[in-house]
Amino acid sequence: MENLLSVFSYSFFWRALIVGVLVSLCAALLGVNLVLKRYSMLGDGLSHVAFGAAAVALAVGAAPLKVAVPVVVIAAFLLLRISENGKIKGDAAIAVVSSSALAIGVIVATMTTGMNTDINNYMFGSILAVSKEDVVFTVIIAVAVILMYLLFYNRLFAATFDENFAAATGVKVKLYNCLLAVLTAVTVVIGMRMMGALLISSIITFPALSSMRVCRKYRSVTVVSVIISVFSFLTGLFLSVCYDMPAGASVVVVNLIIFLVLSFSGRIRK
Amino acid sequence: MKTLIEVENLSVAFEGNAVFKNLNFKINEGDYLCIAGENGSGKTTLMKCILGLDVKYSGAIKYGGITKNSIGWLPQRSETKRDFPASVFEIVLSGFAGKKETGLFYSSKQKKQALNYMETMEISGLKNRCFSSLSGGQQQRVLLCRALCAADRVLLLDEPVTGLDSSAVNELYTAIQRLNKSGITVIMITHDICSGLKYANKVLHISEGGYFFGEKSEYILTEYYKKAQGGI
Ligand SMILES: Nc1ncnc2c1ncn2[C@@H]1O[C@H](COP(=O)(O)OP(=O)(O)OP(=O)(O)O)[C@@H](O)[C@H]1O
Ligand SMILES: [Mg+2]
Repeated sequence: MENLLSVFSYSFFWRALIVGVLVSLCAALLGVNLVLKRYSMLGDGLSHVAFGAAAVALAVGAAPLKVAVPVVVIAAFLLLRISENGKIKGDAAIAVVSSSALAIGVIVATMTTGMNTDINNYMFGSILAVSKEDVVFTVIIAVAVILMYLLFYNRLFAATFDENFAAATGVKVKLYNCLLAVLTAVTVVIGMRMMGALLISSIITFPALSSMRVCRKYRSVTVVSVIISVFSFLTGLFLSVCYDMPAGASVVVVNLIIFLVLSFSGRIRK
Repeated sequence: MKTLIEVENLSVAFEGNAVFKNLNFKINEGDYLCIAGENGSGKTTLMKCILGLDVKYSGAIKYGGITKNSIGWLPQRSETKRDFPASVFEIVLSGFAGKKETGLFYSSKQKKQALNYMETMEISGLKNRCFSSLSGGQQQRVLLCRALCAADRVLLLDEPVTGLDSSAVNELYTAIQRLNKSGITVIMITHDICSGLKYANKVLHISEGGYFFGEKSEYILTEYYKKAQGGI
């Protein structure tokens, strides 16, 4: 408890709190559409690409975020094109791209800087690593994601429920898919610092899966996902500060527990 | 009369196998076109071409003053998503998603119209039910209401009566006829040629060797019609 009180006076804590809450919120919103479109592997693939890009950037002494954002956005476009194309299996393509990026990242890191704490932080996350720049960037992205949801909520629903019908009746499905991919890419990159590249994709999928256990309406799935996601983050952060647990991993475990509890109670209700 | 859709030399082939070749026809405003043909003759494919979905075709389709967001479509029953969490009302309203005036919320006028259609198709009681928990026929009615919401000028229906009970079939035909009388152009694929012909004014029959397009009165004199009759 003393830990918890004293920690409020550290600016790194406030930065982590702001970035964490906003990233959780964005991840939950994007996650609902990604999971329902069966694109949930996209987040996972992109996080590995983000790690690879960050490791290479560290090795050559460039700013990891500035390298990772464009690389991951391009990867997102490519993976989306492959998934839409339908000839090559989308999930297989993502698996190949993601493990290749991870492998390249690990090799570059070991050969140059070694597997130091920086690399470790990118893999598993650290709340100490959030910079002021990250905060500004996160706020911008969060505003973009929230605006997109508010303005295009109905069209996103139509495009997610039935892509063909939406496209046939004048919804710009391809545009929304691109928007979804780009925002997911950026969310993954900014969340990676704190949550870890290997853990970030679970905060995209878990809240949506959990809320779908108990909600039968799209609107309530969206709202409940956001609540679950932010709650899990705050609980995970609390555990990490009080008991010195790793933040990213704690958030994931809280999400897991919520998922299990909701699955169980959902079964009882049926 | 104004031509809404003009199809010129339309051909589609999948992996080198021709589905249909050199279709030519015109659909005028207010027409009620019935599309017939055996399984696999390319009716759904033709509809997808008209809707501008990803089908590679050669030839041309010209649209006279209609945009995508004035078209409603009932897809052929098949790939409805099993576990999608959405209420009946959310799905019916999504017919309006492509409209210009749709913003953060659907307008009260749109909601009223959606409820009206649901009343006609007798699914108002299912408004808050989860779509995936409905029976096949109920789902078909929901998707039909969604198509009606979207159809400002043109309504395309791909085998709308599959899975419906006889009273629902009657309601559906009456509702569509009423829409057609109010000026909406209807294009309907059906295997139920008798009922189709009762309401339609034009027929397109696609078959492997060729196709027929023309007035209903001409159609009933053709071999196509006799064959289709014999088939039942
Ligand atoms: N995406 C596709 N790839 C390859 N072949 C296809 C594709 N879609 C349709 N076909 C083929 O095109 C032909 C026409 O299919 P279509 O679905 O248009 O038939 P239909 O007239 O609607 O039949 P039904 O009465 O059974 O609905 C079929 O032989 C089908 O196998
Ligand atoms: Mg068909």
